[in-house]
Amino acid sequence: MSWDISKMNEWKAEEFPRGAVIPQAGNSKDYVTGGWRSERPVRDDAKCTQCLLCWIFCPDSAIDVEGEKVTTFNLNHCKGCGVCANECPASAIEMVPEGCELPEVK
Amino acid sequence: MATQKTLAVTGNVLVAEAMRQCAPDVMGAYPITPQTTIVEEFAKFVANGRVHTEYVTVESEHSAMSACVGASAAGARVMTATSSQGLALMWEELYIAAGMRLPIVMANANRALSAPINIHCDHSDIMGARDAGWIVLFAETAQEAYDNTIMAVRIAEHPDVMLPVMTCLDGFITTHSIDRAQIMDDETVKAFVGDYKPENALLDTDNPVSHGNFAGLGGPYFEFKRAQRNAIDRSAAVIESVGAEWSKICERPFGMVEGWGMEDAELAIVAIGSTAGNARHVARELRAQGVRVGVLKVRCFRPFPFADIAEALAGCKAVAVLDRSESFGAEGGPLFLEVRSALYDRAERPAMVNYIYGLGGSDVKLELLRQVYSDLSDLADGASTPGRLVYLGAR
Amino acid sequence: MQQLTEIRWHARAGQGAVTAAKLVAETALELDRYIQAMPEYGPERMGAPIQAFTRISEDPIEIHNNIETPSAVVVLDESLLPIVDVTRGLLADGVLIVNTCTPPAQVRASLGLAAGKVASIDATTISKETLKRDMPNTPMIGALAKVTGLFTLDQVVDHLRKTFGKKFSQEVIDANVAAVTRAYEEVQVG
Repeated sequence: MSWDISKMNEWKAEEFPRGAVIPQAGNSKDYVTGGWRSERPVRDDAKCTQCLLCWIFCPDSAIDVEGEKVTTFNLNHCKGCGVCANECPASAIEMVPEGCELPEVK
Repeated sequence: MATQKTLAVTGNVLVAEAMRQCAPDVMGAYPITPQTTIVEEFAKFVANGRVHTEYVTVESEHSAMSACVGASAAGARVMTATSSQGLALMWEELYIAAGMRLPIVMANANRALSAPINIHCDHSDIMGARDAGWIVLFAETAQEAYDNTIMAVRIAEHPDVMLPVMTCLDGFITTHSIDRAQIMDDETVKAFVGDYKPENALLDTDNPVSHGNFAGLGGPYFEFKRAQRNAIDRSAAVIESVGAEWSKICERPFGMVEGWGMEDAELAIVAIGSTAGNARHVARELRAQGVRVGVLKVRCFRPFPFADIAEALAGCKAVAVLDRSESFGAEGGPLFLEVRSALYDRAERPAMVNYIYGLGGSDVKLELLRQVYSDLSDLADGASTPGRLVYLGAR
Repeated sequence: MQQLTEIRWHARAGQGAVTAAKLVAETALELDRYIQAMPEYGPERMGAPIQAFTRISEDPIEIHNNIETPSAVVVLDESLLPIVDVTRGLLADGVLIVNTCTPPAQVRASLGLAAGKVASIDATTISKETLKRDMPNTPMIGALAKVTGLFTLDQVVDHLRKTFGKKFSQEVIDANVAAVTRAYEEVQVG
């Protein structure tokens, strides 16, 4: 069962879970934080050694991995903190300024 | 079949027995006079295998209530006990327990707050915490402390309520005096309180949940408080019905307010805790002389039984409200303020006077209560004395 | 028996007055009376003067305050007489029972007590001879029972055997029974 919070702003007092409990695990992925970002990480695949350190360090679990290889940055959740770029031993990640558009979080 | 045994026993020992019979999963325990013998007796029950409770000895009351909050969120039935400075040190967790809607049951041995240091009875401790969101029951006797403890479990865990309950008993006067009281058989209490079936238990790993969440700016904090208000308002009906059910089993009366002589009383004393007995003793003397006096005992302070109190007092000519705590700078003690407010909407209202009495265990002598009734008689006759707030018996 | 019996115990901390106050209440409970027993609480200081209280009634006891006008006062240590006002509030028909080898008339005279009954019992000697130590509390219960008529000797002894049977050896129980019995028989009233 999925906890539908889409109408939360309209809920009355008795509709909230008792005691401010969040009754379901894993729903922080529904909370889009990409809009907090002013810089985005860009990876140079030629330099990347697939050491996965960026995946380990990312505080928002915003680096997707498939088959033990990094694939994309999850820009719905990436806050642009730059930890991945800082930690990358191959200097394969560069932080570039966001433009006016943040299509991923619209 | 319910069977009871009559004992010569202190209030604290009887409360510990009630807790053993309710079989909490967890107790966060920290000793403080005059509560100590509750957690001490309970520790013996644990050590002797008479109850299978995780007995967590902590380093302060702040930690005791923190442990209780954590254990309750984990899905355990949780109990503890405290007093005075200990309750004061629990301050922030009291609000957290209520806000998280955790059905913790705590005994509070009413004791004065420092300074100066004093270990004896007054109600300053609980009255300081009266707005924390806990249901608050008071006991006049060891017997009532026992009954309140057992009822508290059912009230706290009721799905319409889910709030912590504090059961108060007067320090030393009730906690340490040996009194004649009855203890119910274990099986009857066990059946009455039933098993606790927690919702949203942290230890239910198949259904992971998160407790203690944020509801900040723009979030629904205001709505959560409203839900809490709704719950404590609903608790009144639950308290009455649980009280009626236990009352039938133990054959002892229970009311959120309990009146003596109130049917036709002209002069009434409103009191909380052991003093209600002293007042009733004096009221019997005066009734024997033909004076129409009554005593109204407030057994449940939160939720405050406004309607019952207004109903009971509306016909009186003069009413004395006895407060065993101060609300410094206020228009009277906490009980007075609420009783007076309860009567505001009545067309007919009695003359009222507030007595602050018995602070720091100051003895509640019968002549003081005779003086109160005498003052009320003057007040009913139109005298303006003794004034609105009197320090009863203080030099 | 009066409707409400109020007993005040005077002793030094460590002499067993609190236990005595409790034993008397429990004995009364066995006779289906309503009871209260409480010490006057304060810091524990061995040797300091202390008080304890017992109430006994045919009816439920509603009052929860100190005993101001006792119907019986029991003094476990005669060295308290000059330093504590043991007769304070004692009812005119009340009883004062003192652990002393001084005769009642002399105790009465030294306290300037006009009314009531005064009783003397050498509970210390009885205690040393029976219990082999100075623990005057149980003999004083025997004296109290005799002088007030609250209990028969059998009622006191029955309760002692019952309650002490749970935690003491037969030798200790027998010694306490002997102490109570001797005090019951030897107490002098004047």
